[in-house]
Amino acid sequence: MTDLTRISAAELSGLLADGSVSSVEATRVHLERIAAVDGDVHAFLHVAAETALATAADVDRRRAAGDRLGPLAGVPVAIKDVLVTADMPTTAGSKILEGWMPPYDATVVRKLRESDLVPLGKTNMDEFAMGSSTEHSAYGPTHNPWDLERIPGGSGGGSAAAVAAFEAPLALGSDTGGSIRQPAAVTGSVGFKPTYGGVSRYGAIAMASSLDQVGPVARTVMDTALLHDVIAGHDQMDATSLATDWPSMAAAATAGLADGALKGVRVGVIQELAGNADGFQAGVKQRFDETLALLSAAGAEVIGVSCPNFEYSIAAYYLIHPAEASSNLARFDSVRFGLRENPADGPITSERVMSATRGAGFGPEVKRRIILGTYALSAGYYDAYYGSAQKVRTLIQRDFQAAFEKVDVLVSPSAPTTAFKIGEKIDDLLAMYINDITTIPANLAGVPGLGLPMGLAPEDGLPTGLQLMAPAMQDARLYTLGAAIEQLLEASWGHTLISQAPELRTGNTRSAEGNN
Amino acid sequence: MSTQPVESTEPGESPEPGVITAAQVAHLASLARIDLTDDEIASLTPELQQIVDAVALVSSVATPDVPATSHPMPLTNVFRDDVPVPSLTVEQALAGAPARDGDKFRVPAILDED
Repeated sequence: MTDLTRISAAELSGLLADGSVSSVEATRVHLERIAAVDGDVHAFLHVAAETALATAADVDRRRAAGDRLGPLAGVPVAIKDVLVTADMPTTAGSKILEGWMPPYDATVVRKLRESDLVPLGKTNMDEFAMGSSTEHSAYGPTHNPWDLERIPGGSGGGSAAAVAAFEAPLALGSDTGGSIRQPAAVTGSVGFKPTYGGVSRYGAIAMASSLDQVGPVARTVMDTALLHDVIAGHDQMDATSLATDWPSMAAAATAGLADGALKGVRVGVIQELAGNADGFQAGVKQRFDETLALLSAAGAEVIGVSCPNFEYSIAAYYLIHPAEASSNLARFDSVRFGLRENPADGPITSERVMSATRGAGFGPEVKRRIILGTYALSAGYYDAYYGSAQKVRTLIQRDFQAAFEKVDVLVSPSAPTTAFKIGEKIDDLLAMYINDITTIPANLAGVPGLGLPMGLAPEDGLPTGLQLMAPAMQDARLYTLGAAIEQLLEASWGHTLISQAPELRTGNTRSAEGNN
Repeated sequence: MSTQPVESTEPGESPEPGVITAAQVAHLASLARIDLTDDEIASLTPELQQIVDAVALVSSVATPDVPATSHPMPLTNVFRDDVPVPSLTVEQALAGAPARDGDKFRVPAILDED
């Protein structure tokens, strides 16, 4: 019998639709997989086994009754813990929200339920999504299924590891500076950052409001597109939500499978991110160059383009992001939700309780960024830092505009290196921040970005990722080209990349809470 | 969102622009309402210095002729129809509160007595 954890969501939905598999069976095998491997991987902060099985049974019952169900009905899905869920605790990876049960669902979670997907649980992340390795989770790191001693990327390392470890076929992520695309790269999975405003952020715990975007995570481009179709669309609860009628991303991905889908496509290679700069691993550069050669052979026109201001993107990001985060995280005030901690001595006043709570509840990276953001917004420094960073943002948008006058899509490696060892960069802030050099420009400009597997680096046998970027609103173009490139690469390998992941040890019982 | 300049960093004002001192970190932490231990201040000071040195790069290209961008997809006049929609009940709103008093959030004294 088919191992239901190994097939794609598209294949699983076919089996569910024709009745050869029930959602309860599909859900149960994924829960069993989580129980077997998540003690080692630690992708999940919470697993809602009973609720998931009850949801699946309800889907099965309604399918049997002849109800018209959506294309992903009955398919299990994991949810990044930055998204609030009324029936599961939501912590955003922070002690300050330990055990918090939100009083409502995020819009994207509501949409999952309305489309009859089966939420399995909540996935681990860097605290409040601040990080590139999931090492900053207050509940312990997630481990990369390709090598458990290595990071799964971040901040959405839990969602990426969950799909890469076959614990779920689909997951939701959020991407502020690369938190969907960089984990996809280092775990051999696929992730998509939609155009800013394409997916509602209502109920996504806000970090940097002008950068945050929710998006889909999966193992194939088609599955990513199917999940994108479920969550996209206007939401009046999010003032930044775009009132756009989005085309079907799944149809766009299907179009990419046709012969000649890459013929004549103008592919721009961003010279500043092409792998020649410091910090790019040789094997990443090699796989990237080989992929470009495949694209040329398939009829694409590969053109070098320069985006000179991308050099300043990390500096701008690490001003804009902390500034906005310092403001957003002011909501953790020990009054309405979350932790309350009294000061060790002295008078018990609201202000002192708030300071004691935040001192006890926030981890080191969150404190660092809030204080940096407070500095950047201080009178006297505001123009030099935050104001200048906003100007850099304009320059980066102009670079994109100029590039997209010449090409249809921009490409780069999704991450400069393969997965590094847990602990290797935790004490080197700038080395950690540079991980996001390839992904941050898309967030600053609001354009969509797709990350997909690009092969294993020869020197360490670990996954590398390809990033595609299109002009704002052209998300569908990325699915068409992404599906075409995925097909081309898999034909050249003779298999999918994820099929090469080592078998995980099974049978070790997962503990309820992270205890690494 | 509010990203206007906050209070001046006085009295922890830096001796010169771009130099981060321990006193300044302590003052920023108090503005941000985060209690820090002396050890945390000692490690944060050089860390913030390192980051501030790196991000100062932005001012080299941020010339006066470049307009600032605050949002990637500028939208204006975002309205919805003015119709009542369900909101949280009192019980839902209070469900996560660390302390409550009837239908209200219970908070410690707002003013210091001294």
